[in-house]
This record gives sequence, C-alpha cells and structure tokens, in this order.
Amino acid sequence: MVPVEFYFILSALLFFIGVFGFVTRRNLIAMLISIELVLNAVDINFAAFNRMLYPDSMEGMFMTLFSIGVSAAESAVAIAIIINVYRRFKSDSVESIKNMKW
Amino acid sequence: MANLVMFCILAVVILGSAVMCVTTKRIMRAATFMLFVLFGVAGLYFLLDYTFLGAAQISVYAGGVTMIYVFAIQLVSKRTLQGMVERLKGSRVVMGALLSVVGLATVVLVFLKNDMLRSMSRYIGAVTPDQEVPMREIGHALVGAGKYQYVLPFEFISLFLLACIIGALVVSRKED
Repeated sequence: MVPVEFYFILSALLFFIGVFGFVTRRNLIAMLISIELVLNAVDINFAAFNRMLYPDSMEGMFMTLFSIGVSAAESAVAIAIIINVYRRFKSDSVESIKNMKW
Repeated sequence: MANLVMFCILAVVILGSAVMCVTTKRIMRAATFMLFVLFGVAGLYFLLDYTFLGAAQISVYAGGVTMIYVFAIQLVSKRTLQGMVERLKGSRVVMGALLSVVGLATVVLVFLKNDMLRSMSRYIGAVTPDQEVPMREIGHALVGAGKYQYVLPFEFISLFLLACIIGALVVSRKED
C-alpha cells in the first residue's frame, strides 16, 4: 500500500515542473505541453484522493475522466489557434503576438 | 511492497520525462517525453486499480492529444525541428526555478502539516481498498440520472466537444 503522501508529493513535483516549463519556454507548443503536465498532475491528485480517502465513492474518478475530455478539447482549440498564429506571423514564439499584449 | 516498488519506478519515469520535457530544446522531443509522462500517469491509474481511467488516459491522451501535437509540430515549426530556434534566457530560467521551488515548498509543507489529512490517512490505514471498480458500476454511474450519477456532465461534455471541434475548425480554416 503506497501512502497517499507519495502521490501528493509526486503530483506537486509534476505540477511545478509544468509551471517551470510554462514560465521559461517561449514556444507556444512547448507552453501548451507544460500545461498538459500541470493538468495531469491535478488528475493524479483527484484519482489518488478518491482511492485513498473515499474508496467507496467514485467522484474523483469521474472528475478525472471529465478533465481528460476537457483537456483534449482544450488542446484541439489551442492547436488551431497556434496554427492560425503561425500562418499569420510566420513564427511560433509568443514574442510574435504583441498586438493583444496591452 | 510490490505496489511501492511499482510506484517508485513510475515516479522516476514520470519525473525524469517531465524534466526532460521542459528542458529539452527541440519541440518534437518535448512531445515525445510528454508521451512518456502520460504513459506513466496511466500506469499510476492502473496502480490505483482504476483500470478504466488508465485505459481512457492512454486512448485519449496518448492516442489523441499527442497525435494532435505531433501534427501541429510538423505543420508549424520546421526550423524548430531541425535545430534550435528557441533561446532560453538565463534570467527567466532563474526566475522560473525560484518560483517553482517556492511554490513546491509551500504546497508540500501545507500538505504534510495538514491535520485533516493526517487523521484521514490514519483512518484509511486499516481499510486497504485494493479492489478494482467494476465496469458495470462505472457505466451505470456514468449514464444514470440519480444521485451521484453523471448523465448531465456526460451530455454536457459531448456538447462541449462538439463546440470545440466546430470552434477549432472555424479558427483554423483558411480565409478566402
């Protein structure tokens, strides 16, 4: 039996690795990949808390399931926006999108 | 004990791949390492005996989302694939590392000092809930309309996926 603290520490590490990537990378797709890491860290937490603390119910499991679906939709829209940005500015770096900055 | 060993292997795979994913210069490698992270997370779900969740994770994330990323990378950044275009600024790396370490320390400290969770984990020490959730139960809960059943979010997410598909098509179509 793995203690619940291990799951939590693992997901916290994954979350902040994702945050680090989001802050440091300047490529739009790399930033999106970092967001996926963050989302996965949160999903681990939902599943682990559901299993460890309330093993009779399934709320955390369904939350994770719906979160997987929502993140798939989110990444599809984000990729469409990135391709559009690339088509317009011929670059996939965030520095190329300055019009909406202020 | 076997669970603990599997957990450690999965943790090493997930964390190593995640670090490589955010530090590697090439976007294609970042996507590949993200695939490894997703497989590791699916392994964690299997370890928690959420077999259905692990299967959904593999099929949706590893099958769908990673494929979208690979196609987008191939469409977008030829230069990024061939060599390094993105330059990492030193000051930004230091700032990001500082932010991450401070946040991580805060979160872990709050968690490990949490009284509610400690009492909870003492309580669950006796339970040992090591059995798989049956597929029949999942299906009934997913499309049932009663209490603790999820037909409304299920329908809502199908509508949401449709809206996202149409939105993505509208956003990325060629203007003429």
